[in-house]
Amino acid sequence: MAYEEKRAWIMLVVSVVVYAVYAASLLAAAAARPLDAVPYVGSLLVAIGVSIVATIVLNIAVSVASPKGSRTDQRDREIARFGDRIGQSFVVVGGVLAMLMAMFQLGYFWVANVIYLAFTLSAVLGSAARIIGYRKGYHA
Amino acid sequence: MKPTRVTNSIRALRFAAAMTQAELADRIGVTRQTVLAIEQGKYSPSLEMAFQIARVFGVPLDDVFQYPEGESQ
Repeated sequence: MAYEEKRAWIMLVVSVVVYAVYAASLLAAAAARPLDAVPYVGSLLVAIGVSIVATIVLNIAVSVASPKGSRTDQRDREIARFGDRIGQSFVVVGGVLAMLMAMFQLGYFWVANVIYLAFTLSAVLGSAARIIGYRKGYHA
Repeated sequence: MKPTRVTNSIRALRFAAAMTQAELADRIGVTRQTVLAIEQGKYSPSLEMAFQIARVFGVPLDDVFQYPEGESQ
């Protein structure tokens, strides 16, 4: 497996797992009160922090385990661009949604969570597109 | 992802030259996985890389990459 494909898998798995744990913790806390009254800021910051640290640690581990394979080439760069293009569209969607929510004065809870969901979808779909590029083939 | 209609003879040329994928990869400055993907038709190399591959085997580009006659689609 190409080094960059392993990195795409790491981003995909970390994003999905961390978001699932974060969402589950919010829903569990929402059993006793309305969802948008749940204190979310601490959990959200922890989720983002864990995502960043876990991604860095796993990337270092993969790099150490396969030092010879950690070279990237033209194909890796083309597939990365393809994944980024797909992933970035969700950042734009999240930004537009957050802007509309702010204009209509929806709660900070919803604005923050829509942005975090958009970041997660961006990471998941961007990584999935890269993995498909490696597995199924990529032709510019 | 639209499949390519370009085929190649890299595997046969490599065997004829008793060259491994890793050796070819080193000669053209890519990873072994990229050579494998090109051989399997999963990646279309740039024109520059295509010329580099042909040069490694000392053959014209047409001997390495083929495109079917007829329809242009």
